[in-house]
Amino acid sequence: MLIRFKGAHIVDPGNINEQKDLLVKDGLVHALLDPGAADPEPGIDTVDVTGMLLVPGLIDLHVHLREPGHEYKETIQTGLMAAAKGGFTAVCPMPNTSPVNDNAQVTRFILDRAKAAGLSRVYPVGAITLGLKGETLAEYGEMKQAGMVAITDDGRPVENARVMRRAMEYATGLGLPVMSHSEDLSLARDGAMNEGSFATRIGIKGIPNAAESIMVMREIAIAELTHARVHIAHVSCEESVDAIRHGKQRGVQVTCETAPHYFTLTDKAVGDYDTHAKMNPPLRSEADRLAVIKGLQDGTIDCIATDHAPHSPLEKAVEFDQAAFGIIGLETSLVLSLKLVQDELLSMETLVEKMSRNPARFLGLDNRLIPGNPADITVIDPDRVHVIDPETFVSKSRNTPFAGIEVKGEVLLTMVEGRIIYQREI
Amino acid sequence: MRFEHKDILDMESLSVQDITMILDTAEGMKEISKRPVKKVPTLRGKTIVLLFQEPSTRTKSSFDIAAKRLSADSISLSKSTSSIVKGETLIDTARNLEAMNPDIIVLRHPSSGAPHLIAKHVNASVINAGDGIHAHPSQTLLDLMSVREKKGELQGLNISIVGDISHSRVARSNITGFTKMGANVTISAPATMIPRGIEALGCKVAPDMDSCIENADVIIMLRIQKERQENILFPTEREYAALFGLNAQRLKLAKPDVIVMHPGPLNRGVEISNQVADGRNSVILDQVTNGVAVRMALFYLVAGGSRNADTI
Repeated sequence: MLIRFKGAHIVDPGNINEQKDLLVKDGLVHALLDPGAADPEPGIDTVDVTGMLLVPGLIDLHVHLREPGHEYKETIQTGLMAAAKGGFTAVCPMPNTSPVNDNAQVTRFILDRAKAAGLSRVYPVGAITLGLKGETLAEYGEMKQAGMVAITDDGRPVENARVMRRAMEYATGLGLPVMSHSEDLSLARDGAMNEGSFATRIGIKGIPNAAESIMVMREIAIAELTHARVHIAHVSCEESVDAIRHGKQRGVQVTCETAPHYFTLTDKAVGDYDTHAKMNPPLRSEADRLAVIKGLQDGTIDCIATDHAPHSPLEKAVEFDQAAFGIIGLETSLVLSLKLVQDELLSMETLVEKMSRNPARFLGLDNRLIPGNPADITVIDPDRVHVIDPETFVSKSRNTPFAGIEVKGEVLLTMVEGRIIYQREI
Repeated sequence: MRFEHKDILDMESLSVQDITMILDTAEGMKEISKRPVKKVPTLRGKTIVLLFQEPSTRTKSSFDIAAKRLSADSISLSKSTSSIVKGETLIDTARNLEAMNPDIIVLRHPSSGAPHLIAKHVNASVINAGDGIHAHPSQTLLDLMSVREKKGELQGLNISIVGDISHSRVARSNITGFTKMGANVTISAPATMIPRGIEALGCKVAPDMDSCIENADVIIMLRIQKERQENILFPTEREYAALFGLNAQRLKLAKPDVIVMHPGPLNRGVEISNQVADGRNSVILDQVTNGVAVRMALFYLVAGGSRNADTI
């Protein structure tokens, strides 16, 4: 089967940034044609995407699909529906499920469920330590054979530096990167939002920036010691960005990601105790928000991930300090990130690097739109103005602070290996 | 002027006019407590629920007495008798209470913002009797009343607050309330007890206790919570008393007619010496008396007292 995407502006960093027609055949990128060029062979279905942006499929390195164990919040099926709707052709689910993904059986279970869903690709991330307890290393080798691509105890830091050292050494021997949830629990203890004048005013115990940056610095130091590849998850504050920038300058193999809420909102979004603005790390100050944008601009921050963390109202419609941390993000990530392009803070090409190319590099994938590569693509309608309405979400959960916000741009179509897995109803 | 607030959640949402009206009303209420028959029919037929999910004998008694002096029917629910211990959410508790049609719910809760959460789900008026480390507006109003009573006005006074500011809802509400009424507020404590960004509430942070209370018209001492010692906030009570305790010697730094206040209960010999607590500058027991009057005023005003013809 042959499909010709006609009239799109293709943005594929380092490869193409111009109007081209893309031909897909048998699940692969078949050819790139000049606009108006004749069909090279008969029997081609044409999809007119004039005025749209066509980019290599978006990849989210950091999601929580909640299955197994917390299916009332999300399932692999519903999470992948949300991913497809958000333009993601691949996602990396974190291991803090129940049971924890700390063995090959759970890894295989996740991949089986993902295969049955038949939507976006799934690259499971396994646990660093058994049960996320920070004590005993999981069987990375067997898990890698089952399809695991990286390790993390996300949701928790590895508190003991010696355990982290051994984990990095062992993972490096297997060619696996280590993702770090950087949080010093002794500093973050009891905190529920960013430490600062707003938290003081409303009487919520704060989490200081140092709770994050102190651990970022430790991870960089251990990565330098062990020559491991370390990836800092959900970077939220200025000091962490500075530490990573410095680490990169020294040649440490450190990469990192931030999430749209950290460059879109500040701690003031907590407002009148809105638990939808409660996340970990917390929303920070305006200076931190600007430092995150600067980090995206100068290449310190490699990726934009969502940290998609579904929670039911049971966990959110409670007192602020009792509420669960986390927001969903798969269906809002692209449109919130496009704002950076609209505000001329990032070029479209750089945005595609953060949301597609660099995550692909992290996973060791070549996702350039060149003949022979899998046809994983996302088509974006850049001009459609709409209001974010959680009632239209396909995720099982609705925990977002972005309800009611007007945005510009929307995913029109998502394709994985030549199959359309999402298409907006027009 | 009419009092338009359905709820009393914090000092930030009250205007200078609102606060003045509450204090004026409380002065009238105070007279009732001095009568041989300390009861008026003003809120007869009204139901007031005292929902205390944190132990507090004195605040609860004060609200209870205030309700009874206005002839309201008050019912007390504490954590041990409520469904919270059975796992019910706060919103469910609020909805169940609402179904019984109370007029006013007084809530004391260990989580900051809990009264705001409840207020969104009930038609009854919600009065915050202390939430987490956020606010304690009725305490601030009784403090304002006590100071106005002794000093005649609030504008331009030097107010010093000393103690664990980080964990004190009284401190936050007092800083907001006193600065709103035109007073100058200076705070002092070991640096472990000064939360980041507190200056944004309008106060100054003094480098030490002596400079904090120098020329003070009012000194408000806060209770040191011994149970917080596991948080490593100061080395010993002995050192705390030496650096941040109010004793007769130190009191001389303040104005001669300074008044000393404390929300209670006192740690005698730690944050305040016996001599000062029982001395001529202390108005600690006046605060307790005024507490009942202020809470009567709040009940009266949120129940629509300024909007109908009921007299007191």
